[in-house]
Amino acid sequence: MPPDTPLARPAIGDVWPMRDKVAFAGIGTTRYGNFPETDSYGLGCEALNAALDDAGLKPSDIDGLIVNRIPTYERFAEMMGINPQFCLLTEAPGRFSGVSLALAAQAIASGAAKTVALVYGNNGRSVRMMYGGGDSQWSPWGMTSPGAIHAMMWQRHMHQFGTTHADLGHVSKAFRDHACLYPDAVMHGRPITLEDHANARPICEPLKLLDYCLINDGAVAWIMTSAERARDMKRPPVLLSGYARQDAFHYGSAPPDDFWHPTLSATRSVYDRAGIGQEDIQGLGIYDNFSPTVLFSLEGLGFCKQGEGGEFVRGGTLSLGQGRWPTNTSGGHLSDSYMQGWGIIAECVRQLRDDCGARQIPDVQAMQYICATNIAQSLILRRDA
Amino acid sequence: MSLATRPKPQLDNWNRAFWEACGRGELTLQRCKATGKCFFPPAPVSPFTGRPEWEWITASGRGELWSYVVFHQNYFAGMKDELPYPVVMVKLDEGPFLLTNLDGMSAADAKIGMRLAVRFPGGPEGFSLPQFGPEGAAA
Repeated sequence: MPPDTPLARPAIGDVWPMRDKVAFAGIGTTRYGNFPETDSYGLGCEALNAALDDAGLKPSDIDGLIVNRIPTYERFAEMMGINPQFCLLTEAPGRFSGVSLALAAQAIASGAAKTVALVYGNNGRSVRMMYGGGDSQWSPWGMTSPGAIHAMMWQRHMHQFGTTHADLGHVSKAFRDHACLYPDAVMHGRPITLEDHANARPICEPLKLLDYCLINDGAVAWIMTSAERARDMKRPPVLLSGYARQDAFHYGSAPPDDFWHPTLSATRSVYDRAGIGQEDIQGLGIYDNFSPTVLFSLEGLGFCKQGEGGEFVRGGTLSLGQGRWPTNTSGGHLSDSYMQGWGIIAECVRQLRDDCGARQIPDVQAMQYICATNIAQSLILRRDA
Repeated sequence: MSLATRPKPQLDNWNRAFWEACGRGELTLQRCKATGKCFFPPAPVSPFTGRPEWEWITASGRGELWSYVVFHQNYFAGMKDELPYPVVMVKLDEGPFLLTNLDGMSAADAKIGMRLAVRFPGGPEGFSLPQFGPEGAAA
C-alpha cells in the first residue's frame, strides 16, 4: 500500500562535496564460527585490535567510535580505553553498516572527529539467535522472519517476470565457489552444485536452505579518516568516492510490492557522485541476506533491466575468473560469514589493496557495494591514484 | 481447531477497533478523509496527509492474491501442528495489503491474481482471525 510518497530526485549531475575526501585506513576481521568462550564485546575488541594494527594506530588515536550489534558503546569504549569526541550505537539491521559508514564519513568531513573506529560484533551463533518468532503485527497469521519477507517478494518476482528458483542457484553457487577460495570462510571446503541448491530443504518456500545467509559469530572493524591523513598511515588508503541512499517506509508493514526498485534506482546517483561509471568498476559487494536481494540489487542499479536478473546471472556473471562482475569474492553472507554488510565492505577494501590472494580480482581500480532494503544504498570505493 | 492456538494479536489503541470488528465478522479499515484512500495497519494519522483525519469503514473483504509463501520452519509453538502452512499476501480492493492465511483451499491451489474473500473461522481465545478463501465459495 504505497501512499504515493514522492521519492527524492536522484542528485544526478550535482557535485558531491564528499567525493574522495574520506578513506579506509585500516580493516580488521576475526575468525568466523561458533565461539561460546567469548561474546560480541570480546570479538569486537579482537577485530578493532586487528584494524588498529593494520592502520598502525593505537586506541588513543581514535576520537570517534561507532559500535553495532555490541550491547553498549560506553562499555566497549571503556574496555578499549577510548574517550572519543563522537560516539554512538547504531541499529541492529544490516542496512546500518552502510548507514554507519556514511555517518562516520560525515563526522570526519565536518570535523566532528578525525579518526573513527567502526566496530561490529555478533555472537548470534553461540547464543542461538532466532531471526523470527515473537510478537509482531503479523504473528497471529504465522508471518515472521526476514526470510519469509524475501520469499514473498521472490514469489511475486517469479510471477511478474518469469524468473525461476533455479536462477538463484547461480548466485548461491558463485558465492560458495568464492568461499572455497577463502580459507577463513565458514563454508570453505564445502562446494555445492546447482542440484544441491535445487534440492535443499525448504525453509520458507519458494526459498530453500541455500538461499539463506549463515548465522555465525565474528566481528569486523574499520578505521576511517580523511584521505589526507590516511596517506600518512601504514597501508595504502581506499577512498570513499561516492555514497547514495534513498529510504522508503511506505509499505504498510508488509513485504514491499516493488522489490525496492524505485529506491534502488534513485541510488544510481552514486555514479555521478563518485565520478566513476559502471564501466570503470571491476567488482561488486552485494548485501545477500537472501539470494533474491542480489537480483533486486543488480536490477535496481541498472546492471540489467528489471525482471532480467535471472538471465543476467546465468553463465557465471558473478563468478571470479569467469564473469564480468565478480561479486562477494569472499563468499558473502551466504557462504563466508554473516557480518551484515560489514564483512562485505571489508572485502571490497581488501580487493582494492590487493590483499585477496587466490580470490583477487586482477587490476581492480574500483568496487561497488549495494544494499537492497527499505534503506536502499550504494557506495563506490576506489584505489588512491 | 488450530486457529485456537495461534499467537494472540498485540492490541494497541489504534488496532483495538479493528479486532473488535473482526469479532463481529466484519473487516474494517481506516479511510483518510482528505484523500479517500484506506490504510493498514491501524495508525493514529493518515499516511497520506500525516493528519488524524480518518474514519473507520467496513471493507468489501475482497481482494486479489498478490503473493504467497509456505512455512516449513517452526517459529510459534501453537502453529507447529499446522506446518507446512501458507501465508498469503492479499491486495484488498480498497488498496491495502493484508498478510493472512487460506481457508477452504490449500496452498497447492493458490494462484497469484486469483480473487479471494474474507471469512472468520475462529482464532485464539477472545479473537476472530480474518482468513481468506475463494471468492464466491461458501465461507
